[in-house]
Amino acid sequence: MIVDAPVQHAFSRDGATAVSGFAGPPKVVARDVNVYYGEKQALKDVNVDIPDKGVMAFIGPSGCGKSTFLRCINRMNDTIPSCRVEGKITIDGRDIYDRALDVVQLRARVGMVFQKPNPFPKSVFENVAYGPRIHGLANTKSELADIVTVSLQRAGLLEEVKDRLNDPGTGLSGGQQQRLCIARAIAVEPEIILMDEPCSALDPIATAKIEELIDELKADYTIVIVTHNMQQAARVSQRTAFFHLGNLVEEAPTGVIFNNPKDKRTQDYITGRFG
Amino acid sequence: MSPHTVSAFDADLKTLAALIADMGGRAGRALTEATRALIERDAQLAQQVIASDRGIDLLQHQIEERAVATLARRQPMAVDLREIVSTMRIAGDLERVGDLAKNVAKRVIAIGDLPSPSTLAAGLATLSRQVGRQLSVVLKAYAERDDAAALQVWKADGAIDALFTSLFRELLTYMMEDPRSIGFCAHLLFCAKNLERAGDHATNIAETAHYVIAGEILAAERPKADESIAVAPSMRPPRT
Repeated sequence: MIVDAPVQHAFSRDGATAVSGFAGPPKVVARDVNVYYGEKQALKDVNVDIPDKGVMAFIGPSGCGKSTFLRCINRMNDTIPSCRVEGKITIDGRDIYDRALDVVQLRARVGMVFQKPNPFPKSVFENVAYGPRIHGLANTKSELADIVTVSLQRAGLLEEVKDRLNDPGTGLSGGQQQRLCIARAIAVEPEIILMDEPCSALDPIATAKIEELIDELKADYTIVIVTHNMQQAARVSQRTAFFHLGNLVEEAPTGVIFNNPKDKRTQDYITGRFG
Repeated sequence: MSPHTVSAFDADLKTLAALIADMGGRAGRALTEATRALIERDAQLAQQVIASDRGIDLLQHQIEERAVATLARRQPMAVDLREIVSTMRIAGDLERVGDLAKNVAKRVIAIGDLPSPSTLAAGLATLSRQVGRQLSVVLKAYAERDDAAALQVWKADGAIDALFTSLFRELLTYMMEDPRSIGFCAHLLFCAKNLERAGDHATNIAETAHYVIAGEILAAERPKADESIAVAPSMRPPRT
């Protein structure tokens, strides 16, 4: 039943082939990605196609490299001096590690939501307005206000905060703060949203609201979520990748990963058999 | 398979497996004893079989409760999830086997002392033995995660159907020969059908075992050899 062999990747070299279950070509294509923190190798030859307009989950034990890989997709690892990324990652076919590429523009296209909600110490309105303003997405004050309203609405937060847009964002509850961060991320009209354990600091109800939101957002965005909550990965994602010790061990439709994974390491991890 | 990090989870699964084994043993015994009571016209033994069904039903409730509690507590994935779901299914099949045995036992009491032709008794005994063997083999295959053995049981159900068909023909013949035997033969016919149905539950368990072991549902058509539906009622009795 369990095949303990390296997973065979049947990828096309250019990543032009659609991921099964998805119509178009993949949004993000990673080929032979190796990441080092100084001497230590954090990721080993990672190959994966992330489908457009869907949710892909990364799971794996702490230190397996899943967050490191997530942070490669918007070059967040650039901010770590000892970090070195090798290999190729493309978004819509364009190499994101190309020297000519504007990293600020890249991060506008690839938004990120972190484990702990981290609103700016400013008003709810300013939290969302900040991005569109610096990227020049609004010409007038009313346009900016529209972007803020629509973003808050898309993040499922508008009803709860419409009467306190000028109150500090840090005054909201944890779940509201996290949805504020999602509103802030989508205000700059990204194509991809990276979520690094977005619910691990939230209670079950706030978690359910975020999951509901992810489900709605996947119609318009490519979402990549790192989570330690296996049930969450099973609930929200269409494809799941399992990382272990810097290797991408297995990547498949979520149903396959959680019902009948092919690799023994995946099986052991998801059934709680890792020592 | 390596143990769970949470050892209480392994204990939960072990308990469920032990309950299934217990229930399987009881259901198999009920079937064997009901058939023996039928052949030997032992009303007392039949009463015991009827009484023993209560214990089988209770085991089913116990298994379902424990399985649901384990699902809620452990949120199992992959093989663990399949295993727990399978215990509920198998408990359902075994409960039915117990009911079928009880039904045979009830007919023993209804038939009373009327003698039955020895060839019929032999046919029923063979059918019962075959079903009992299928049941014990499939439960062993399930317990030992032996997919090949489970598939073997699945494939062998055709033989049970064939035995039933031949009993059906034989009973039909007796009924046509002597209308006074119709009541009695009808009881035996139901007994044979009950045994054949028990065999189908063994086949169900084989499918469940395959699902647990291989992680996929057996999609193929079941081997069928029950041709009793094609036997014409106008069939002439053999010349004597």
